Amino acid sequence: MSGPFLLLHETDNVLVARQVAPEGLEVALEVGPVTLSRLIPLAHKIARHDIAEGAKILKYGMPIGVATQEIAAGEHVHVHNIRSDYTPTHALQDADGVSAGVAQ
Amino acid sequence: MTDLTGYPRADGRKGIRNTVVVAYLVECAHFVASKIVTGFPDDDVQLIGFPGCFPNDYAANMMDRLCTHPNVGAVLFVSLGCESFDKVRASTAVSESGRPVKTLVIQKAGGTASTVEAGRDWVRGALGEIADIQRVPMGIDELIVGTVCGGSDGTSGISGNPAAGKAFDMLVQEGAACIFEETGELIGCEEIMADRAMTPELGQALRESVQKAERYYATLGYGSFAAGNAAGGLSTIEEKSLGAYVKSGDSPISGLIKPGDIPPRGGLYLMDVVPDGDVRFGFPNISDNAEIVEMIASGAHLSLFVTGRGSVVGSAISPVIKICANPETYRALSDDMDVNAGDIIEGVRSIEAVGQEIRDLVVATAAGAQTKSEAMGHREFILTYKSFAPIGPACLPAA
Repeated sequence: MSGPFLLLHETDNVLVARQVAPEGLEVALEVGPVTLSRLIPLAHKIARHDIAEGAKILKYGMPIGVATQEIAAGEHVHVHNIRSDYTPTHALQDADGVSAGVAQ
Repeated sequence: MTDLTGYPRADGRKGIRNTVVVAYLVECAHFVASKIVTGFPDDDVQLIGFPGCFPNDYAANMMDRLCTHPNVGAVLFVSLGCESFDKVRASTAVSESGRPVKTLVIQKAGGTASTVEAGRDWVRGALGEIADIQRVPMGIDELIVGTVCGGSDGTSGISGNPAAGKAFDMLVQEGAACIFEETGELIGCEEIMADRAMTPELGQALRESVQKAERYYATLGYGSFAAGNAAGGLSTIEEKSLGAYVKSGDSPISGLIKPGDIPPRGGLYLMDVVPDGDVRFGFPNISDNAEIVEMIASGAHLSLFVTGRGSVVGSAISPVIKICANPETYRALSDDMDVNAGDIIEGVRSIEAVGQEIRDLVVATAAGAQTKSEAMGHREFILTYKSFAPIGPACLPAA
């Protein structure tokens, strides 16, 4: 996949940003073009296609958690809309997962 | 291709460094021990120690293993005098390993100034004594290499860790023993990992070690997941786990060891770092250097440290090769980083190419080249309380 997003495994339903992707950027997904509703920092994830609530999130072809709500294609996938199947992620001040510490 | 040589030790192992270690046996002796070390800014004299006053089998075993590590040539113990650490037993273990050893007791030696003076005198003599040890040929199949990751972000799992995994695959192929660890960071990978075990029994032991970690972290309330991990794009412990897991490469898993167990031969080993029994003494490893120290206690000649957010640490005893996964971090901290795996993120180099660079750097470092942190004098060290039961019979199937 070209552009700022990387598909790590064929079966994945998330893409990983290999560079900062600005808000408003149009991204060509397999399901069609989407416009990023927010800035996606390096190494953060977006949905490759629409993901149903309760669906497994796959990265490296392996499950990294479960969607806690419907996630639309191109939407940021992070602690606000997925949860661990194991130990809960420690509560963070920056609940949407982007802190001032992220290089942008 | 470098022709490796090492310092021969009486137990048959070979060291890639010839360090004089000054070890404090309780925090109360820390300052005096560090004053002894600062007297040798241009020599390979390093500080380690255990801060606790109460006795602990794990700490005693770790100190034995560290003081008889092949990179260590001589040992000076610095005791306050009234702490519980069994200095006679420790000194005997070092002496039986064929190394020069001395114990100074501050309460008997006349206090700070005279202990520092006596310590420096002894270290000076030991440096002269071990300088005569001639290096002998050493094979890659005599190397033990550990890997840890710290300050992880979403790039660690897509560049630095896969590249470290490639380097591990090459080193295992060449006969080295490679150790990966932190079962608390492998939660969610246990089934995939068990499938790679050399025997079904070992696979079950690997699975159980991760289940133990899960219970342990559940009791503590949360896992090995820091705020910086989420800011860096990791959402869950299993996502972080998979990113960490890929640094083990693709080799079959030859065994499961605990800190201080030395791999009996080449191959890939998982180190179980989570204490056995009820939760005691708090977090399994309170910081990255606690993991590095455990690798070293299991004989690691050097460690690979993959970082995304950017750690600058090195280690006492065994050099640390720092692999920076994140290109932005690399640009910010390039003086501290040995390998720029950020090239993978930017599409400049492949995972295989960076893996080869890491493998070559392992051999060059073993041959005597200093890593960035080593050259800058980083000698971090931390050892705390833990408790372990011995490994079971299924853990080393080929032994």
